[in-house]
Amino acid sequence: MSNAQYFLEATYLIASCLFVLGLKGLSHPDTARRGMIMAAAGMSAAVLGTLFHPDIHNYIYIAIGLILGSCIGIPMAMVPMTAMPQRTALSHAFGAMAASMVGIAEYVIHGPTLGGVKMGALGLEVMLGSLTVTGSLIAAAKLQELMRGTPIMFKGQQIVNLGLFIVMIGSFITWLINPAVSVYFYTMVGCAFVFGVMLVIPIGAADMPVVMSLLNSYAGLSSAATGFVLGNNVLIIAGTLDGFSGFILSILMCRAMNRSITNVLFGGFGSAVSVETAVSGSMREVSVDDVAVQLAYASQVVFVPGYGMATAQAQHACRELGNLLEERGIAVKYAIHPVAGRMPGHMNVLLAEANVPYSSLYEMEQINPEMPQTDVAVVIGANDVVNPDARDNPKSLIAGMPIIEVDKAKSVVVLKRGKGKGFSGLENPLFFKSVTGMLYGDAKTSLTNLAQAVQKV
Amino acid sequence: MEHLLFHPVGFIAAFFLLEGAPEQKLSPAVLIASLYVFALAAFLGYQVISRVPPLLHTPLMSATNAISGISLIGSIVIAGSHYDQHQTLASILGCAAVTSAMINVTGGFLITDRMLKMFHKKEAPKAAKPEEKK
Repeated sequence: MSNAQYFLEATYLIASCLFVLGLKGLSHPDTARRGMIMAAAGMSAAVLGTLFHPDIHNYIYIAIGLILGSCIGIPMAMVPMTAMPQRTALSHAFGAMAASMVGIAEYVIHGPTLGGVKMGALGLEVMLGSLTVTGSLIAAAKLQELMRGTPIMFKGQQIVNLGLFIVMIGSFITWLINPAVSVYFYTMVGCAFVFGVMLVIPIGAADMPVVMSLLNSYAGLSSAATGFVLGNNVLIIAGTLDGFSGFILSILMCRAMNRSITNVLFGGFGSAVSVETAVSGSMREVSVDDVAVQLAYASQVVFVPGYGMATAQAQHACRELGNLLEERGIAVKYAIHPVAGRMPGHMNVLLAEANVPYSSLYEMEQINPEMPQTDVAVVIGANDVVNPDARDNPKSLIAGMPIIEVDKAKSVVVLKRGKGKGFSGLENPLFFKSVTGMLYGDAKTSLTNLAQAVQKV
Repeated sequence: MEHLLFHPVGFIAAFFLLEGAPEQKLSPAVLIASLYVFALAAFLGYQVISRVPPLLHTPLMSATNAISGISLIGSIVIAGSHYDQHQTLASILGCAAVTSAMINVTGGFLITDRMLKMFHKKEAPKAAKPEEKK
């Protein structure tokens, strides 16, 4: 090894350590920014070092890529916080795209001379990468509402998927046996692209937190496989960290819905027949002024946000109302269900954007014991995560899913756009309980009106 | 040798036996070292990431996305190297890979920082209030 290569390996080693320290910083909001600056420094060191790699002869394509990438990447960092899920799905697609392009290029350059181990890793890298690219693009389209968010199912879907999977794995194995026949390789890539689409179309938008985490994990693992192909440890480390982070998040999300990963991927939620509690009685509609009085004389108010808050962009209006209540000496808390929204941590980021201090954000396990002492629970565009059927009706489709128990509060106000059912199409008995009042209308307008009414009380 | 592939052990063994140019093949020593790195990184990742509170799960996802943009370094080498054949195709694929990875690196770190900036303990106006009264 030449001195230049020792130098390069040293920058990679430093980068690996800084990445781990950076992620360690994320264990607390106070240290998180410093951690990310360390990780970014590690990245810069590795990239700058690589620019002096002895094999590089031509900088034109590198420069084009770096400039084009920055021109797209910087505007993508400026999107509003409500668009975070789409943006993240797109960045999974780009990450996986980079990995599969590297894999395809390596095969084009070296052909069958790579040897068995590298070809196995390369095949996995390209296969995972390609299916993540199309899968993430579909997820992004669903989240951006370019495509309808409900599951897309058709007859024989499982058989078609199984067939695709067999052809994909079959061509992978045949290619490993006959590395010189590139047709098998490109068949595998093609099948992977189609398989990615097929994997995500039957999944509804409400299950997106799991899908996002899984795609995150695939993109990471495909980067790690790139590390094996290139014999580069920093790629293996960074890819593995990414892959495991996605894996852990998907487990957490599944647990928060009391479902298995296979059920999310192949279940086609909402298509199965469930036995719903026969709801009797009617929903009680309440006026803005009534709710304002209730809020103004409460001693503890808990806001429970859901995806509806994101679509209505109501986080700022929510914070303003919360501020007014706090000025009156009322304890204001925000209860966040792990799968509220469309990606892990979605609600936390939205409320942080609206200037809510993180000390007021409570996790489900922390807030549930406090519910009986809560005077008013305000549900903003959330539905399934507060559905008492999950707890009370073992035959419900969402039975066993942990919920935020707003029905134990002394009074519940549900802000809802209309009288229709929620995203999952399930009836929510909460809306029919005697403690519950329904306030219809756009969440943002309702919250603004409430804030004005509270000021007058 | 091909009949070996019908048995799982043979299939794995065949990986090591398949012919490849000596300079391109992964030597068993390097492969084993890489597997150690992978396994240790997996344990470390599990330990570090399970300590991240749900509060920061969205920044975690964008941060790990940015970090896995490290495939940029592999892309740069491919886009800039000289090859005896398939030069144009390799350079174009390399350039596309550099672009995609660079999007994640710049976009990922910037948006993570933008998000983390928003998380704060108690808002500034409240702390300032007592001073206003004075």
